[in-house]
Amino acid sequence: MAREDTPLDQEVFDRVLKEQLDAGTDKRVAEGRARSAAVRAYKTAHPEEEAAPAAAPAAGGNGEAQAPAAAAATPAAAPAQAAMVAAAPASAPTRTAPLPTGNIPTPKKGAPDKHRLLALVPPEGIQRVEREQGDRVNVWPHLLIEEFVAMFVLSVGLVVFSTFLNAPLRELANANLTPNPSKAPWYFLGLQELLRYFHPMVAGISIPTFILVGLAAVPFVDRNPSTRPGDRKIALTLFTMMFMFGAVLTIIGSFFRGPGYNWVWPWAQGVFFDL
Amino acid sequence: MKLKPPSPSELGDRLRDSEVWKSIFRPGSIFRKGYKDTSRDRALATMNNVLYHLHPVKVKRHGLKLTYTFCLGGLSFFLFILLTVTGIFLMFFYRQQADIGGAQAYTDMQGIRTTVFFGDFVRNLHRWGAHLMVFSVALHMARVFYTGAYKPPREFNWVVGVILLFLTLGLSFTGYLLPWDQLAIWAVTVGTSLAGYSPFIAKQMNFLLLGGVVVGPETLLRWYVLHVLALPFVLVLFLAVHFWRIRKDGGISGPL
Ligand code: HEM
Repeated sequence: MAREDTPLDQEVFDRVLKEQLDAGTDKRVAEGRARSAAVRAYKTAHPEEEAAPAAAPAAGGNGEAQAPAAAAATPAAAPAQAAMVAAAPASAPTRTAPLPTGNIPTPKKGAPDKHRLLALVPPEGIQRVEREQGDRVNVWPHLLIEEFVAMFVLSVGLVVFSTFLNAPLRELANANLTPNPSKAPWYFLGLQELLRYFHPMVAGISIPTFILVGLAAVPFVDRNPSTRPGDRKIALTLFTMMFMFGAVLTIIGSFFRGPGYNWVWPWAQGVFFDL
Repeated sequence: MKLKPPSPSELGDRLRDSEVWKSIFRPGSIFRKGYKDTSRDRALATMNNVLYHLHPVKVKRHGLKLTYTFCLGGLSFFLFILLTVTGIFLMFFYRQQADIGGAQAYTDMQGIRTTVFFGDFVRNLHRWGAHLMVFSVALHMARVFYTGAYKPPREFNWVVGVILLFLTLGLSFTGYLLPWDQLAIWAVTVGTSLAGYSPFIAKQMNFLLLGGVVVGPETLLRWYVLHVLALPFVLVLFLAVHFWRIRKDGGISGPL
């Protein structure tokens, strides 16, 4: 059924449309609201037509005529519901799905083979998302080209680096011969450095746990909604301090520790560091 | 009548008009005949490509500024792909065995360095790439912090990120043992000795990590499986959530 075929109350339509437009509502939305009010007004005025429509489609007999059947078969309750929502949105009944019976439903006898979906949605029920369209650009080509260039530069750098610099391979592992110094991989050297100052349980368990849990908790601790650097002085300062602290410890552990894990000056005694 | 052979450009046109070609490249592909540089085809180019459709069709203009993301998340991902590819190559030439009689793992590493075609080069890519990935993931985290991109609605994606950081470190550390040289076992010995200080479950932790009391053949097997299968699998799962959430949280954050 074409949209135009739905009977509506023209008077109500004109009145509501004017009200809405005067209130500054967007034209399309205003029309939708006016329409829905008009259709509902008509239906309230002509309750007898509600009962009959199932009979209507037989008359048309073609594809187009199938729509109202679905429309009518689906919620005859829809207008009523819409009215209810409009009247008292707060006390809208909660609908619970029926308990699962465990039986897979079988199609009713004589049900059409075709699958049709049709929803009647009162204009008020449509959630309008009003979002700033903002200043957006196409991913292709703008972002993809940027990503490609970044990937390319990184690949070239890595290929050149790998051509000229070989990854280390020392002697066969020997459990009886401890190298001096023995160092963890670089990203753990900050922790290894802490071992110099704290009990292993603190440096090796408490602090790493604290770092991981603390990091994960950041968004839930920092409830300041602003992203402007000016509004985030404490957060930025704390993070920078922690990050720098970690970086300095890592650098010390990497380059300033030599045999016996004692302090060395890399330019004087050499570097004891492997990647 | 003499038949003229088609010119290369004619050949190209015919190829791009063929059913096979059109079945491969979906509408909007820049390789498809009739690609026009219109908004519509630009949108289709993103949507109709299995790789690109991780992206939205459009992004905020400020997100393109290099100084906003520094491409660090994307590059971390690229490094992960690179490490997967080079890692698969290395797997063809490596056995994770370190028995008393001799260490196959170490012998295989020597083989990769000396006899495998391009072996040394690929190993270098894998090793340097791995270090670089730890570095870029850490920097990515810093970038996210400085742009305040962990704030609502992106809190959960930050937490996913922390898990990714942990997994990245785990991947790097488990890989470190595989060459089975002096560097490997002692770095791992030092690193894991800390687990022996966990409260209450020190022994169990040690055994869980090492498969024994000290770093030995069982450790190698354990860490190998973690390195080539278990951790990458988990990482990919979390990456999927990470990327999906970026879209669901409304794309890139900002502008500041
Ligand atoms: C394997 C490691 C990781 C990969 C491959 C990855 C990948 C990405 C990518 C591609 C983006 C899109 C924007 C960009 O490129 O910056 C992104 C955004 C993001 N990442 Fe990651 N990431 C990883 C680790 C992390 C970590 C460690 C954190 C934080 C602890 C994190 C938190 C975030 C957040 C919150 C966003 C949204 C940023 C925004 O909207 O501005 N990620 N990530």
